[in-house]
Amino acid sequence: MSEKVFTNCTNAGPVSVYVKDGKVTRMRPLVAEEKDFKPWVIEADGKKYSPPKKFNVAPYVHADRRRLYSDDRIKYPLKRVDFDPNGERNPQNRGKSPYVRISWDEALDIVSSEIKRVSETYGNSAISGMTSSHHNWGIVGYKMGPFARFMNMLEFTPVLDNPDSWEGWHWGATHTYGFYWRLGMPEQYDLLEDALQNAEMIVLWSNDPDSTRGTYTGQESALWRQWLKEKGVKMVFIDPYHNFTAGVMEGKWIAPRMGTDTALAMAIAYVWITEDLYDKEYVKDRTIGFEEFKPYVLGETDGQPKTPEWAEEESGVKARVIRALAREWAAKRTVLSGGSRGGEGGACRVAYGTEWARMMVLLQGMQGLGKPGRSIWGTTMGAPSDTKNWFPAYADLQGRVATSKVANHLPVNPNKQRVWRLTLPDAILNPPISWYGEGFCGQSLEQQFTHFKYPMDGCSEIKLFYRYGGSFMGTMSDTSKWVRMYQSPKLEFVVNQDCWFNSETQMADIILPACTNFERDDVGEWGACGGYTCHASSGCNYRIVVRQQKCLEPMWESKSDYEIFTLLAEKLGRKEEFTDGKTELEWVKAFFDSSDLPKLISWEEFDKKGYHIINIDENYKSTPSLRWFAEGRDCDTPDTNNPKRGTEKAGHLGTYSGKIEFASESLKSKFPDDEERPVTPKYIKSWEGHHSEIFEKYPMQLMSPHPRFSFHCHYDKHTDWLDDIPVHRIKKDGYAWWPARINPVDANRRGIQSGDIVRLYNDRGSVLCIAVVTERVRHGVIHSYCSSAKYDPLTPGKSDSPDRGGCVAILTASRMVSKNVPGMTPNSCLIEIEKWEG
Amino acid sequence: MSRYSILIDVNKCNGCYNCFLSCRDEYYGNDYPPYSAAQPLNDQFWMQVKEVERGVYPKPKVSYIPKPCMHCESAPCISASKDGAVYRRADGIVMIDPEKAIGQEAIVNACPYRVVFWNAEKQIPQKCTMCAHRLDEGEKVPRCVESCPTGALVFGDLDDPNSEISKLAKEVATESLNPEFQTDSLVKYVGLPKRFVAGEIVYKDNEGECAPGVKVTLTGGGQNRESVTDIFGDFEFEGLDKNTTYTVAVAANGYAPWQTEFTTYKDVNLGEIVLERK
Ligand code: SF4
Ligand code: SF4
Repeated sequence: MSEKVFTNCTNAGPVSVYVKDGKVTRMRPLVAEEKDFKPWVIEADGKKYSPPKKFNVAPYVHADRRRLYSDDRIKYPLKRVDFDPNGERNPQNRGKSPYVRISWDEALDIVSSEIKRVSETYGNSAISGMTSSHHNWGIVGYKMGPFARFMNMLEFTPVLDNPDSWEGWHWGATHTYGFYWRLGMPEQYDLLEDALQNAEMIVLWSNDPDSTRGTYTGQESALWRQWLKEKGVKMVFIDPYHNFTAGVMEGKWIAPRMGTDTALAMAIAYVWITEDLYDKEYVKDRTIGFEEFKPYVLGETDGQPKTPEWAEEESGVKARVIRALAREWAAKRTVLSGGSRGGEGGACRVAYGTEWARMMVLLQGMQGLGKPGRSIWGTTMGAPSDTKNWFPAYADLQGRVATSKVANHLPVNPNKQRVWRLTLPDAILNPPISWYGEGFCGQSLEQQFTHFKYPMDGCSEIKLFYRYGGSFMGTMSDTSKWVRMYQSPKLEFVVNQDCWFNSETQMADIILPACTNFERDDVGEWGACGGYTCHASSGCNYRIVVRQQKCLEPMWESKSDYEIFTLLAEKLGRKEEFTDGKTELEWVKAFFDSSDLPKLISWEEFDKKGYHIINIDENYKSTPSLRWFAEGRDCDTPDTNNPKRGTEKAGHLGTYSGKIEFASESLKSKFPDDEERPVTPKYIKSWEGHHSEIFEKYPMQLMSPHPRFSFHCHYDKHTDWLDDIPVHRIKKDGYAWWPARINPVDANRRGIQSGDIVRLYNDRGSVLCIAVVTERVRHGVIHSYCSSAKYDPLTPGKSDSPDRGGCVAILTASRMVSKNVPGMTPNSCLIEIEKWEG
Repeated sequence: MSRYSILIDVNKCNGCYNCFLSCRDEYYGNDYPPYSAAQPLNDQFWMQVKEVERGVYPKPKVSYIPKPCMHCESAPCISASKDGAVYRRADGIVMIDPEKAIGQEAIVNACPYRVVFWNAEKQIPQKCTMCAHRLDEGEKVPRCVESCPTGALVFGDLDDPNSEISKLAKEVATESLNPEFQTDSLVKYVGLPKRFVAGEIVYKDNEGECAPGVKVTLTGGGQNRESVTDIFGDFEFEGLDKNTTYTVAVAANGYAPWQTEFTTYKDVNLGEIVLERK
């Protein structure tokens, strides 16, 4: 049979899928017609910069075929052998017992009757469920689509996500410069042009863009950084690990002790204040509270001037280096790279990480944030990009089958009970619990101050847990508690729906096989999240909307999520209510019709051709981010969700004062006496760091940033080609181990050599990894990525068993950023490491 | 005539392994007769990416060296093969015939670069084909080059004076990965890691300040180079020869001159060089 080529999209780039005899043979970065590309041009210093006509996808996308056919695919509906919905349920055996294949009919019967039983017995609030993040692409089938629509119909208790990748920015930076509608990260419009034209130095602080790639935009920005390197822009990397971007960019590496970045930042402010090296006019006109902040820096309030020498004590970075950096930063147009989408590094995921993120904004505030070459720019977004044509994305209400107006009927969930993702196990095991904050607080600063209690008055505790995906052993904190949660009899029924076996899959009573986005119809724009990261596709060199064509039938007995929920709804007698009378393809068409795309291409052509590239038009006008603010003008960027845009306060930031706040008005109003997130930022010693008592027992700091060769837990163990990349996993004795990187000084002291299996441990658990002895990690630090998808306890189902899969999140603390900040802190984690003799 | 080549700029490579993965996607499970037999699941790396870490904390460096078949003009694998199992096409691409090569393990061992792999199941040697089957179909570049995001891989015809690759090859000093093998490889490199020496200048009487702008000279190995320290007082000389003795001398106004001699058995970090007042 002849070869057929389909178009599709992944979470890191568009692809052409080659299919022969119903089997995918190859996947290439989408092969588009040359005439469809109209590359933008940026002129800087007499040179023209323009991207090649191609799509630079993330590494793992090239292995998507392997992931599609992975042995780890869930092929059939499964039931745990010792689970009997009408008799013994044996919840204590979750994670231990094997499974038996059952028919779809039996599976749907069990799940639907459990839904009925639980809601009739306890009320709808006893049903909860949650998804993992971004395992596929395409708005119709996205995790916020069918799942949310179905669960809203059931009036379930939602689990609120913590902003896991950028905690400090969300809970801290927002109170300094607003941007809560971007969850604490600043707009990025036209900052590539600004950097090429104006930047003399870039400080990449806790930011490794070659690894994190601006979240979804593949490797489009790698070339931008090459341009900057070739231009001779000096790069400084502040990171306990000599990261991959540092590897290729070279430049200066500064490696502070973990958790001391705020001290470093304070010392930079100290140099600027004492040497008169900051933009006083800007501070006077564009900020408030500097006079409250300054005395702290100078030591007038606590007797400790924040001198470079003081910061050296804390951070281990030489005072002279801090001084030189501060002076150069002030003297040269310096971009601060960190804290923007995809660039929110580990320094914000620590004890009191709010203070560091606030200081990033304030440091740049002291140098005129928004002036030429004085941006906060992650280096992964902000290419010239069309913003006139709208296409829905997954985080837009209008981009979800659950909430979009393209539906005739939208199920509304009246249930007000919520649970907090990080403390879900605690909520199940030891209720009641309480916290501040409505998850992603993108509507207002006040959302961060809402108090929640579980169980809510008049609501039930959770009895039925519908888990979609299952990555948390590798991504949340202190994760053995998830095992304890699953084994609790308080969860009467657990179902897990996924394409692949994941760390939590085998904690379920019933497992349902879903298919991938290559096996169903969908549509999606590359790199676009919409919602709180509006215009994220400016991280791509070209906007491209892809008609994600069904390349093959769902394999084995897998079904699309949409179909699974349709069948369940049917069993509950609510099919029409769920489907809105539409097939998946009809939703695709409805979303297309609701967008601006029909102005550019007909449905028929789009459907057949499979993609449309939206180039910038000839009169594209650059509006660099925050230039308006620096120049005292009204906001002129296309930042759609900025609520002040187009109003009489259009020149204001999103803070209470409309200015950059050294002393936060919002924090002052709600938590005036909070010592852990004070009104003006402070350096506070970590509760798990080199000053802690347990430092003697556990003298190594664990650093677990986002991984380079997988996306959270996706790909990794479902894509075994990646095991041949030694940066990702290293094979030894027939097993693919997760690397733990250690400095030779620390390794020698413990008799550890590269290739040794080592045990990383503390009181919370232990994880087996393979040692990589390297000069690229600071003394006293162990670098091992978070997000291993492989949870492989030596004794299955035993929560304190050593894991040899590499889920180092098991070692991290449950403790939150601070008492009113419910964010996770994986980088405040002390461990010891030893050679594992088995 | 054409001579197809890949020019690999190690300075640009960010170690993303796109090239390795896209190559595997092209060949894993896919037979392309008569060009090549399918790549098996394990142990074959037609495009390897070799990580090279140099120097010591806090001044390490890392390079990634992508390494396909070198498509040599004097190819030892051709000499080692029987029945014309390995041959060079008119465009320079060195090919292994998957039928004729059955049982010829000598081909694997003949390659000094170790880029030919033995398929134990099929009893054949296998390696990079420069994606000949695609080029013959009209594709412009091989899969690995297509997927490279940084421009580290440039493909083209060295004999075509208008090709990007031949223009580039004129502009920059290209090298062979292992010139000592003397195989006239068509695959060329730029920026292969050599030895470097680094150091940081500190004033004994003013350790709280970095020492920028200090003149540092390097002599030895037929070289005489000069540099000044940057804002952090750091200096570096890159591209030194291996196992060669050099002298670094530091001269700062008002301070006693300092110098040292070292041999580049490996990369050298002179660490903090503390200058005393005259
Ligand atoms: S040229 Fe083709 S065969 Fe050779 S390494 Fe590249 S992708 Fe593989
Ligand atoms: S694809 Fe390019 S940048 Fe990536 S590893 Fe290969 S040569 Fe290097």
